[in-house]
Amino acid sequence: MKYLYYPGCSLKGSGRSYEESLLASFKKLGVEMHELPDWNCCGATAYMAVDEMKAFALAARNLALAERYGDGEPVTLVAPCNACYLALMKVQKYMAEYDEVGRTISDALASADLSYRGGVRVRQSLDVLLNDVGLDLLAEKINHPLGQWKVACYYGCQAVRPFAPFDDEYNPMSMDHLMRSIGAEPVDWPLKARCCGGTLTGTIPTVGLRLSYIILREAIDRGANVVATACPLCQFNLECYQSQMGREYGEDLDMPIVYYSQLLGQALGIDDRSLGLQRHFVPLTAAAAVG
Amino acid sequence: MIMHRKSPEDQPRIGVYVCHCGVNIAAKVDVEHVRDFAASLPGVVVSRDYKFACSDPGQELIQKDIREHDLNRIVVASCSPQLHERTFRRTCADAGLSPFFFQMANIREHVSWVTVDPGAATTKARALVAAAVRRVARAEALALRQVPVRPEVLVVGGGIAGIHSALTLANAGKKVFLVEREPTIGGHMAQLDKTFPTMDCSACILTPKMSDVKNHPNITMWTYSEVDEVSGFTGNFKVKVRRKARYIKEELCVGCGDCVDACVMKKEKVQVPDEFNVGLSKRKAVYMPFPQATPACMVIDPKQCLQLMKGKCAQTCVDACERAAVDFDQTDEIVEIDVGAIVMATGFRPFDAKRIPEYGYGRFDHVYTTLEVERLVNASGPTGGEVVLRDGTVPKTVGVIHCVGSRDRRHNAYCSKVCCMAALKMAHLVKERTGAEVFDFYVDMRTPSKGYEEFYDQVLSEGVQFIRGRVAEVTDWAMTPEEEGKLVIRVEDTLIGVARRVPVDMVILAVGLEPQVDTAEMQRRFNISCSQEGFFLERHPKLAPVSTFTDGIFLAGACQGPKDIPEVVAQAGAAAAEALALVDRGHVDIEPNTAWIEEEACSGCKTCIPLCPFNAITRDEEKAIAVVNDAMCKGCGTCVAACPSGAAQQNMFTDEQIYEEIEGVLAYV
Amino acid sequence: MSKDTPLPSAEGFEPRIVAFFCNWCTYTASDLAGTSRMQYAPNTRVIRVMCSGRIDPRFVLQTLREGADGVLLGGCRPGDCHYQSGNYKCLRRFKLLKRYLAQMGVENERVRLEWIAASEGDRVQKVTNEMVEQIRKLGHCRLEQIPRPETEPAAETHDLEQVGAGGMI
Repeated sequence: MKYLYYPGCSLKGSGRSYEESLLASFKKLGVEMHELPDWNCCGATAYMAVDEMKAFALAARNLALAERYGDGEPVTLVAPCNACYLALMKVQKYMAEYDEVGRTISDALASADLSYRGGVRVRQSLDVLLNDVGLDLLAEKINHPLGQWKVACYYGCQAVRPFAPFDDEYNPMSMDHLMRSIGAEPVDWPLKARCCGGTLTGTIPTVGLRLSYIILREAIDRGANVVATACPLCQFNLECYQSQMGREYGEDLDMPIVYYSQLLGQALGIDDRSLGLQRHFVPLTAAAAVG
Repeated sequence: MIMHRKSPEDQPRIGVYVCHCGVNIAAKVDVEHVRDFAASLPGVVVSRDYKFACSDPGQELIQKDIREHDLNRIVVASCSPQLHERTFRRTCADAGLSPFFFQMANIREHVSWVTVDPGAATTKARALVAAAVRRVARAEALALRQVPVRPEVLVVGGGIAGIHSALTLANAGKKVFLVEREPTIGGHMAQLDKTFPTMDCSACILTPKMSDVKNHPNITMWTYSEVDEVSGFTGNFKVKVRRKARYIKEELCVGCGDCVDACVMKKEKVQVPDEFNVGLSKRKAVYMPFPQATPACMVIDPKQCLQLMKGKCAQTCVDACERAAVDFDQTDEIVEIDVGAIVMATGFRPFDAKRIPEYGYGRFDHVYTTLEVERLVNASGPTGGEVVLRDGTVPKTVGVIHCVGSRDRRHNAYCSKVCCMAALKMAHLVKERTGAEVFDFYVDMRTPSKGYEEFYDQVLSEGVQFIRGRVAEVTDWAMTPEEEGKLVIRVEDTLIGVARRVPVDMVILAVGLEPQVDTAEMQRRFNISCSQEGFFLERHPKLAPVSTFTDGIFLAGACQGPKDIPEVVAQAGAAAAEALALVDRGHVDIEPNTAWIEEEACSGCKTCIPLCPFNAITRDEEKAIAVVNDAMCKGCGTCVAACPSGAAQQNMFTDEQIYEEIEGVLAYV
Repeated sequence: MSKDTPLPSAEGFEPRIVAFFCNWCTYTASDLAGTSRMQYAPNTRVIRVMCSGRIDPRFVLQTLREGADGVLLGGCRPGDCHYQSGNYKCLRRFKLLKRYLAQMGVENERVRLEWIAASEGDRVQKVTNEMVEQIRKLGHCRLEQIPRPETEPAAETHDLEQVGAGGMI
């Protein structure tokens, strides 16, 4: 198995441990990931809100590069970051369905000697793990089953809405299946795909903080001792604001927030450092105390 | 037969009428310009524009011109020929002109309604008018063909629509075949407890009609049967009906139920969900859908019966039946019938609430659909009329959610029309039975029928709490101790502008109405059309609401679109009346668009013979040429397109006429 | 081709497309597009036939020679033909015709066959717009420059012209 890989900015910055753990795990599973050469910002968040068309152009450049890379062959571009995944999916849809967007973006690409004909399949890394690698192969490769974890699988909103070709929009299960396959126990909870607060934690902190807190509170109530996520922004919001939430709501929250790929890596026998676990504020070892 | 003054040899004297259709055409197309343009065309003697060509004065104008200007060809540039071709043909015929010396140019559906730019619309209208003028000059005087009509009528579907249609027709003395695919007639209405707004008991008003059907000497009722194949055309349909094996001899079974008691599937876990009770109870392999099922005859489910599946069973049912009605050797039987008309009354299917995962249907035990609650409140239902939840408790708080699957772009954009009233009925019944506090979440309250608004008022005064807003989700995520163990309905209350969380014990989803799953298949089988949302399409939404684009096939009930019972019955009566008008006349007029062979040109190559789907072409061995049987030809023209020597021609669609049309649309830019 | 037809200028080229639609499905769909007020390019002119099986390949050739830049054929979806199988007959002829047209130098995109069911007004809109755009890129069809054979029945229209232009009353 061989894929083209689009990291996006987060996986090179605040979400570095996502990249480290994901690439290490894929390597262990025999999946080749080739980073898209000369990639740029996906156009998500701020860009999208300020000037949608420019955001589309940014996203489309990556797709055009991927298509050129494929050189006529079908290309699958794996975008592990939810925001990138959504931005790339969105521009693809808009270019195909709205003539004006299609024309404008094509013109913009043409000015850089690029073109995009819609030949790239954008996929979330969870989708690849579940449906290409498959639970059978995973079961074979797992040598350190993680019985101690009760995982609240937190997908975030962008992985499944509005585009959910691989999972349910409101009650996604792919990460749950993945966690079960590595020996952990996913908890059944209703907030899997609810908003983490997104950029509101920066712009209207009281609102953003509350949304993040609701997620954590419910995860704790449902008996989780770790939250696994698929999105760098969710990870950041849920982890980095815990002390602030504690002050605001008078509660000691000490919940480790990790990437699903880090737990997967552990189960595959990869050492914590290669999985970037040392980068986290709430260490994964604290988990036992919470449960 | 009307005598026509004009013979086709006359030089064409054409009258052109450009219709404004109010502003429908005139607002986009420069009708005066098109009129003047038409006047300049060869053969055109009169050219006028008129506000409504199809109106009486419009038609009289045409007739007056025919007389005064000795017109022998008429072109009307207005709407689609599907709509008014008949109207204007009659206009011509009444003025003594052959109705086939008429041609329509469709400048409304094909021009004014679909074009942005008025200039481009006018150009397009000119082209279509030019084509019509050139084509009509080549028109020939033809006579409508008449074929006799069979007096029998087929009614497909035995719900209230089919029942009412069948009874109306049978009472008028017509022989009716009623085909129903379930083991009993009655349809969805039989599952309802009460009917809004008068709260009559549904069974009390329906079951007498069901037994009338069963006992009517003019009705042949075939349940557990499906239409396999339809051929022929209006007045003379040939229909193949598959009478599925029910493994019970219908003529012997009296519905006593001894076989059900004897059936070996005694343990509940081997039994299957009962369709009639929407899965709220279980049934065995041999069963009768409900006590008043008509016919009162058992059926054996071949997918559950051990004997039929594995050939291994003690066959206790056979021993139990004193009348020896059980017959495991039964097979499907195909019956062929001939009918003059067909009434489609195939009904609807309730929206599958699982398709809206955020409402939790199928995930949370205490989320129900309206149809399930109908069974819960029904005295003969699985709980004997007690409103108890799946865990045996009685709900103290209940939330009713409107517009589930309706008025929702993700699923069905249309309004299902009956759910507001059904939801109000549920609110009323549940409150009456349990005394629970009821919250009703609506988007817009739609109660526009006789006595409906008054019913809404009544439910309001009964203390049901109405919250205006589309429910975002039903969740078991509790934020406060009061919410623990409850289902929380999250909604924006748009009247006070606040997001609310309403904890309840029971949620009732007012699901919308959808086309039957196999509508597309039925559409093909019966050769009728479907509208965008998948319901059968009527010929005209206002003026032909129960007709289809296929003559002789009529629509009754919810298969045409969501309807409540009063509307269904009214429409079923209308469909029956239309069918009656057809079969009572005794004959139908058929378009004379048949093919014919020009003897001198035919080389006898036989190319056309295997192409004809209706076996209408044979070879005259003596003359060594092909011959078209006029009575069998349906006028598709496939043979004409294939004839290598141009000997085959089609009336109303001759090569010359079509070439004129081609040149017409391209000649004047 | 009529002598008073002005030759369209190269700039602002508006393709002229003639559509042959079957009465039962595609023509009805086209009506539905109208009743649904779906706006689309004004470049097509629809000619109604009872069945796509009636569409003689010669109609297509004649249409192109009369100056059309494209021809759109529309029939019922496979299995839905009002006359059981006319659309299949149409498909057969269409495939053969395409090879013939290719030999004559007519671009593939100029002649198109689409199955459009009676309920698919939106497809009439989509297909028409698509085709107009495609043909706009191709420019004029050159088939009309091929000289007519002399035995053309066009001469017969002569008698029509003698009647003269009728005045507007």
